[in-house]
Amino acid sequence: MNLDFTEEQEALKKTARDFMTKTWSSALVRELEEHPTGLKEDIWRQIAELGWLAVAIPEEYDGVGGRFMDLIVLFEEMGRACFIAPFFSTVICTLAIVAAGSEEQKKEILPRVANGEMVLSLALAEPSARYDAAGIATRAAANKDEYVINGTKLFIHDAQVAHCFLCVARTRTEGPPEDGITLFLVDAKSPGVKITPLHTIADDKQNEVIFENVKVAKGQVLGPIEKGFPVIEMLLEQAAIAKCAEMVGGADWVIENCTSYAKERAQYGKPIGSYGIIQHYLAEMWTEIGIAKRFTYYAAWLLDQGIPCRKEVAMAKAWASEVYKRWTRMGVQVFGGIGTTREHDMGLYYRRARQAALLFGDPDSLREKIAQEIIL
Amino acid sequence: MDFRLTPEQEALKSAFEEFFKEEEKRAPEGWSGGMFSIFESEENWAYHRSVAEKLAKKGWLCLPWPKKYGGQEHSYIEQLIFNEVRAYYRVPGVDMWGSQIVAPSILECASEELKQEWLPRIARAEINWCQGWSEPNAGSDLASLTTRAVEDGDDFVINGQKIWTTGAHRADHIFFLARTDPTVPKHKGITYFVSEIREGITIRPLLFMHSKHEYNEVFFDDFRISKKNVVGQVNQGWYVTMAGINFERSMIGSVAEVKRDLEEFIEFCKETKRNGQPLAKDPLTRHKLAEFALELEVARQWAYYVAWLQSKGNLVPAESSAAKYFSSELTVRFANTMVEIMGLYGTLKAGSKWAKFHGKYEDMCQASLGTTIAGGTTETMKNIIAWMGLKLPR
Repeated sequence: MNLDFTEEQEALKKTARDFMTKTWSSALVRELEEHPTGLKEDIWRQIAELGWLAVAIPEEYDGVGGRFMDLIVLFEEMGRACFIAPFFSTVICTLAIVAAGSEEQKKEILPRVANGEMVLSLALAEPSARYDAAGIATRAAANKDEYVINGTKLFIHDAQVAHCFLCVARTRTEGPPEDGITLFLVDAKSPGVKITPLHTIADDKQNEVIFENVKVAKGQVLGPIEKGFPVIEMLLEQAAIAKCAEMVGGADWVIENCTSYAKERAQYGKPIGSYGIIQHYLAEMWTEIGIAKRFTYYAAWLLDQGIPCRKEVAMAKAWASEVYKRWTRMGVQVFGGIGTTREHDMGLYYRRARQAALLFGDPDSLREKIAQEIIL
Repeated sequence: MDFRLTPEQEALKSAFEEFFKEEEKRAPEGWSGGMFSIFESEENWAYHRSVAEKLAKKGWLCLPWPKKYGGQEHSYIEQLIFNEVRAYYRVPGVDMWGSQIVAPSILECASEELKQEWLPRIARAEINWCQGWSEPNAGSDLASLTTRAVEDGDDFVINGQKIWTTGAHRADHIFFLARTDPTVPKHKGITYFVSEIREGITIRPLLFMHSKHEYNEVFFDDFRISKKNVVGQVNQGWYVTMAGINFERSMIGSVAEVKRDLEEFIEFCKETKRNGQPLAKDPLTRHKLAEFALELEVARQWAYYVAWLQSKGNLVPAESSAAKYFSSELTVRFANTMVEIMGLYGTLKAGSKWAKFHGKYEDMCQASLGTTIAGGTTETMKNIIAWMGLKLPR
């Protein structure tokens, strides 16, 4: 047993922390939240130069050949800093291309992702607002050498800056819902793609993306035809754990900053952190966040090793979501009035917790998923 | 990171599993596990003692001790595995006051003579300990204890009262704290003693709310004890006590016990119909069971993390306090929720043909209350996290 990060991972963590301290700032978070694309070119270029976009890409495609656990280190630091960029979207799609792409697709796309030229976006969710195969109604109909896609994708992150969508569509309507799902790489500039921004609690650049008679060459199918859903299931597990890493990173900011504020802020002549009630809030916060972090690492390790972990992923995501929501709420309470303002950073975390809890599985539906595993 | 056990640890785990699986079959009727149930009846105590003797022969009562006192010099990870497997199979046989509380203090602080006198006997399961720490007016604030030890020649003479002395009625030995110097600050005038229980010590039962005899009051009346029985130095008892916290503190045992309970409860929900359908199909019940499965699994990983930190030589005051309050609060909540799910059947006591699980949850939703108090209340655990983990001002 060894529950420490590797030396390389520690170094990556330090680089990321330094970058977020020196180059990134919460002022930038506020600026980009209100910015229409949320993409700052110079920041994107710098993270490409740092090799972060190449972590998940094998060396033969100009990548670093890193492991999923290495990405966890990055996601954690990004969550801590409320980092805004199409990094999460791009990396998650990259994982699908690495896992299921043809040699040609990998050669064409992965080096351009690695060097920062290409932004990817996952066009999965729909108005059904669920993450299972039955929720996919978007149709792709075969027509000679191409497919024609029609449907509405909803809650699509970073579509506004994407060069390419990983679009999940139904190529067959009869049979069980998970049969007949095919994945497509769709050029974002294709005629018939219409993007409308959505504004959410976290200002996290979600969109409605309508595909109206969008033509896609057959060579743009990613993975097996009609058997694409297992790739999405894998992706959803990775995305859920990546989201957990972001959440525990953000939660770390909350416990650290609430604790130091409680030591400084005096009322009735004493620091508020000397009162039992605040001490116990913070002790519970520290405990539950610590537990969430260790379980996130455990689930990430299971995924990294290819060990089946449907139950553990659901547990990790449900727990981290609840913990992040609970302690961002109490974090505002520790800061008092100032914590409720736009100018204070606490609200950035409070808002993100409410969004992250619902992405890639919400706590209630995840508990049903756990129940299916432990009861049937 | 690597969460795998080594092949040697896996082999040891298999040996533990094989042993405890067999021992579980020998449990007396109505046995449902639980740390303190060994004290409740002659049959339970006999079961505990018979397992203890077998464990002693295998050398499993002192896995982490140095070899020269009969130990095997295993790490906290091996101790964690042992504790997890034993608790899962609900097998007794470990005198926690002996091997987990007094032995580490003796190892850390006692003279070589005392070590030679006591450690082999603990390893051989020859003696049964109880703990004389708490007093009616010294609970969480243990250092304010008032039991007096007055020097008299080669002896000390002890007068005072102890309380919450679990298992004193079955024990033959007691370790206790007494005040040897009332003139100095409270932490600096306490001495740590070990003794057999004999004349001068009176034990009075203090029944738990479910009428079972687990804990006691213990009275010292002019009890005479040799100076040789002091562990460490006179007036250093508080530090001897603190040194003794160096045992496996992950609380994996309480997690493993409840995990087993949950597994059996799930089977019950599959077999039991309510309103014409199995309980296991009821969405609210499913939600509750999933929540406990989740919390147990995250608590289990936290326990492994605590043991891992300890195996690297860390003292983990905050981490182990988190494990303690989290797992004990979880146990209380679990017991209460199982009673709720069973509805009116949930409160039936053992003995009725209608009672489920031999009335286990009727019992557990009372008995488990002790776990959030004994060994440091939930509030004390949170104080330790706040003061030692987060360095908040006292």
